[in-house]
Amino acid sequence: MKHIPAIELKHLTKRFGKIVANEDISLSIREGEILAILGENGSGKTTLMNMISGIYYPDEGEILVHGEPVSIRSPRDAYPLGIGMIHQHFKLVDVLTAAENIVLGLPGRQRLDMAAVATKINQLTHRYGFELDPFKKVYEMSVSEKQTVEIVKMLYRGAKILILDEPTAVLTPQETHRLFDVLRNMRADGNAIVIITHKLNEVLELSDRVAVLRKGRYIGSVDTASASIASLTEMMVGKRVELNIVRSEPKQLKRRLAVKDVSCVNPEGVITLNHVSFTLDGGEILGIAGVAGSGQRELLETIAGLTKAESGEIDYFPPNHEPQELTKLSAVEINRLGVRLSFVPEDRLGMGLVGPMDMVDNMMIRSYKRGGHFWVDRKAPRSLAEKIIRDLEVVTPGVGTPVGKLSGGNVQKVLVGREIASNPIVLMVAYPVRGLDIHSSHTIYRLLDEQKRNGVAVLCVGEDLDVLLALCDRILVMCDGRVTGIVDARTATKEQIGMLMMRTEGSGKP
Amino acid sequence: MMSKLHGLREPLFHVSKRDECGFVKACLIRLAAIALALCVCAVVIFFLTGLNPLEVYEAVIDGAVGSNRRLWVTIRDALALLLIAVAITPAFRMRFWNVGAEGQTLAGGLATAAVMIYFGDRVPSALLMAMMLAAALLAGMLWGVIPAIFKAQWNTNETLFTLMMNYIATQLVAFCIVFWENPSGSNSVGIINQQTRAGWLGELFGLTYGWNLVIVVAVTAFVYFYLRDSKQGYEIAYVGQSVNTARYAGISVRRVIIRTMSISGALCGLAGFILVSGAGHTISTGIAGGRGFTAIVVAWLSKLNTFTMMLVSFLLVFLEKGAIQIASQFSLNENASDMITGILLFFVLGCEFFIQYKVEFRRGRKAVRE
Amino acid sequence: MNTILIFIQNAIGQGIGILFGANGEILTEKSGNLNLGVPGMMYMGGIAGLAGAYLYENAVVAPVPVVGMLIALVCALVAGTLGGAIYSVLTISLRANQNVAGLALTTFGVGLGNFFGGSLSKLSGGVGQISVAATAGAFRQPIPLLCDIPVIGEALFSYGFLTYFAIALSVYLAWYIRRTRRGLNLRAVGESPSTADAAGIDVARYKYVATCVGGAICGLGGLYFVMEYSGGTWTNNGFGDRGWLAIALVIFARWNPLHAIWGSILFGALYILYLYIPGLGRSMQEIFKMLPYFVTIVVLVLTSLRKKKEDQPPESLGQPFFREER
Repeated sequence: MKHIPAIELKHLTKRFGKIVANEDISLSIREGEILAILGENGSGKTTLMNMISGIYYPDEGEILVHGEPVSIRSPRDAYPLGIGMIHQHFKLVDVLTAAENIVLGLPGRQRLDMAAVATKINQLTHRYGFELDPFKKVYEMSVSEKQTVEIVKMLYRGAKILILDEPTAVLTPQETHRLFDVLRNMRADGNAIVIITHKLNEVLELSDRVAVLRKGRYIGSVDTASASIASLTEMMVGKRVELNIVRSEPKQLKRRLAVKDVSCVNPEGVITLNHVSFTLDGGEILGIAGVAGSGQRELLETIAGLTKAESGEIDYFPPNHEPQELTKLSAVEINRLGVRLSFVPEDRLGMGLVGPMDMVDNMMIRSYKRGGHFWVDRKAPRSLAEKIIRDLEVVTPGVGTPVGKLSGGNVQKVLVGREIASNPIVLMVAYPVRGLDIHSSHTIYRLLDEQKRNGVAVLCVGEDLDVLLALCDRILVMCDGRVTGIVDARTATKEQIGMLMMRTEGSGKP
Repeated sequence: MMSKLHGLREPLFHVSKRDECGFVKACLIRLAAIALALCVCAVVIFFLTGLNPLEVYEAVIDGAVGSNRRLWVTIRDALALLLIAVAITPAFRMRFWNVGAEGQTLAGGLATAAVMIYFGDRVPSALLMAMMLAAALLAGMLWGVIPAIFKAQWNTNETLFTLMMNYIATQLVAFCIVFWENPSGSNSVGIINQQTRAGWLGELFGLTYGWNLVIVVAVTAFVYFYLRDSKQGYEIAYVGQSVNTARYAGISVRRVIIRTMSISGALCGLAGFILVSGAGHTISTGIAGGRGFTAIVVAWLSKLNTFTMMLVSFLLVFLEKGAIQIASQFSLNENASDMITGILLFFVLGCEFFIQYKVEFRRGRKAVRE
Repeated sequence: MNTILIFIQNAIGQGIGILFGANGEILTEKSGNLNLGVPGMMYMGGIAGLAGAYLYENAVVAPVPVVGMLIALVCALVAGTLGGAIYSVLTISLRANQNVAGLALTTFGVGLGNFFGGSLSKLSGGVGQISVAATAGAFRQPIPLLCDIPVIGEALFSYGFLTYFAIALSVYLAWYIRRTRRGLNLRAVGESPSTADAAGIDVARYKYVATCVGGAICGLGGLYFVMEYSGGTWTNNGFGDRGWLAIALVIFARWNPLHAIWGSILFGALYILYLYIPGLGRSMQEIFKMLPYFVTIVVLVLTSLRKKKEDQPPESLGQPFFREER
């Protein structure tokens, strides 16, 4: 193509402290094409796009828009250049209406004419087949309505370069299709569209070209027509990796947990768990698969007593003891009753650990109450911290370093190490290898399998189906708060699980 | 300020978080800020009064520590300020914005005075002292725990609630003064038990304010270790850092909020006790004298380290006493002290930025480290 | 009848200064800044206006009231803006804690006001108290003709222009916040600065402008007390706790300047109610003075119980915002 690209990135580098998020990335985005930015979680896709939309300022390198070097210091600078980004976490003001959110920050007559704004919004939504009430307050909206507001906001601003960060993560298949149609229409109008994703099927379905990032570096780009799942995966993860996860055979299965008909409603009144039932045995790893936000987090938090179940029953079967019902118990009470339930939450530094505190203090977070003393005992946690550093090869200057300063992999080792150290009977882990390198990931897989062999009942929420298939014994698939199936991980196929993940009420298949 | 720089290709400067700021460097930055503040104050004083600022500063030192009595008054007031700052520290560590220390202190002082007035001559002095102390602690606790309960139950904004509680306490004191006034019609209580000295904190080690010193230092040390090494202090840290983590750890956030504010309020009540029994021997709406607010600044500037608070509160009271001296020596108005304190606070608050962040100038691609 | 009339007049007289402070603080808080420096800014505005008028009246033989008035207005606005600017630099650019910076501003402003209020006449070589009768007269000038109407005239038209300006300002602010682009942007900044930032709004600039203009309005509140309420004289700590009452009114009005209008009169009425209830002992008077704060707490608790989104404080109130750290 001889055309000047809509956006050209030259040698962009962005660091956060000592971590290099993007290193020397050069890439161009052309008009009239849909470019997919593909990469695993933590590969720097979002950071890169944030530099184009003015959220971050690059430490080094240059951005050219239509051949002109520009300095995008804030999103305010990005709009006049026709750049609009739709973030994964919606940037909307809850107490304002859709229309108010859409005209936010726009120039024009000081006096707002909301009726005229609404008319223009209605024209746009009509043209693209969206449904949107311009006067509805955002806090009354569903997730997909909010995304619609975000997209209309960009269209209203006449964005010519539209960047979407994982837009389908929260959408139903129908909504995804409608979104893709809109994007195709926009491409036909000569716009440049960038879609950040890690879903290969979407890349193949929608995009014209794929740019692949890996660990903050630009690997290359290919025309989608000449790409295949295998070739893209190879670019994404480097060489084709045989996962080589050790999976021992389950033996001496013993019932440890039974979840019966549990339903949950979040504070906004949305049903997050819909009559979920399953059982979990000691000596097995039960994987949980599903699109992000299908109720995985709520499920774990309900079992851990952090969220109250609306209905249903959760029973815990300790060895040599009477079963205990956990349903109505809070985390405080579960802790007090001595239920040996370990939980590695998704939000490591926001829930499982406290970033500014050192390793010793983080070790005792779930055990500090032991013993009747008024003062805390730091001796045992200190030796535990030292043991974890030794056993799991945690890279840290010492036990006194705040855990927030460690790298992602080391943070996770600290967290998993601590949870395992309390000799759990039930171990729940959420996204245990998110953001971790291959080496650290394997350490975690090994630990989980070890626990299983020791007779622990392991519940593992994951996002990478290959990993779940290689690591778990059974896989429970969730969609929209429901259990859509439980499959044998040794015999199931990815396609089979993928289908279950997409199954929504009323439609048998995506 | 950055926003004014339109039309540049790159921002003029760029702010990023420092990885670590050495202790010495941090101290140097703070000292520089104080020096700068004193320079600004000197300029202000000179332009306003035409007086030689050096002479004025000399008077400040004379006023604060110039004689044995002055030194002890300075220490006494610094101790009161320190105690209140220490008292609010547990709440602040929990990120509970207790701006109601003024009211909690007043409540404690009021309870102390009530016991002194009603039981002063009727019970043995040891029992009287115990009753006063208990009443002060309970009153302060009550004043602190009310906003905490609402915060814990319904997430009612604690900054605004505690702020309002201050004035309710003030009016309550005004209400009581009417009953207790002495001589009648003076609208003040006068010195309570002036003849019998019942309920006055006596001398210790031959020092008039010996008890004050011992109590405040003991509480300061206790709170320091309480926050660092006790299980409750550990829970406070978790609630302050992340409510999610606290829930995860099985900590009852509500209970911690209520318990911590009880402690915080009770310690403020103790400060009220010391102000009434160990210093003024009277009660008025002004006994806290804005210390409840100044203490917030003290606690914050000390990074919630109770030992640093000793230094900061002494420095502020030093300035205040000095300024009062200037006022009488140069027949100025004593409110100059607040003005000078304000300027000093602005600089010290502002300088923390340069300790936590580094500013890099982007000119010519050469990053100049601040 | 006559008592009621005087009661209303006095309630309004008490309320208007608070209304200015509350309006300034509403504007400030809408940008997400919780500025506890309102008392300080009111003192700064009051003393600056008074000092300006005093220096003018002392400098000329026959001071023209209107000139004195204009000088006082400009001085009060500048001083109030300066207070807001100090707070802004500290909290927005230097990222200091909002509560602490606000309290420091109050310490500074109250000290400044009392210092100059007590020593201005001496500093400028005069004797006795400051008094600016001519200028204060201009501020206290009731609306001609209309104020002569019996009853209605006294109840509605017997106040100086600042009273009407305060009410007009409330109406304008309410309209501005709800119906203009900048008002919309401002609300977004206070609710969710990162969203506003992503929408291309210069968050720091909005916070600066709202806080400084808010400071200026608070300054007018101080000026009102000095000129119209006190008749151009200064008493140390004469504002009492009105600065804090202004912050209370912001909560009471649920961040809506229109509610602040009647709220301010109600607060003024509660503030002086004890004077009008017959047979009230001195002690009970003190209890009555508690009422505005008590009512504020009740409103605060009720809004937190009802959880109605529109009545809540701006979501990011008191929170700092720095983009690079997300």
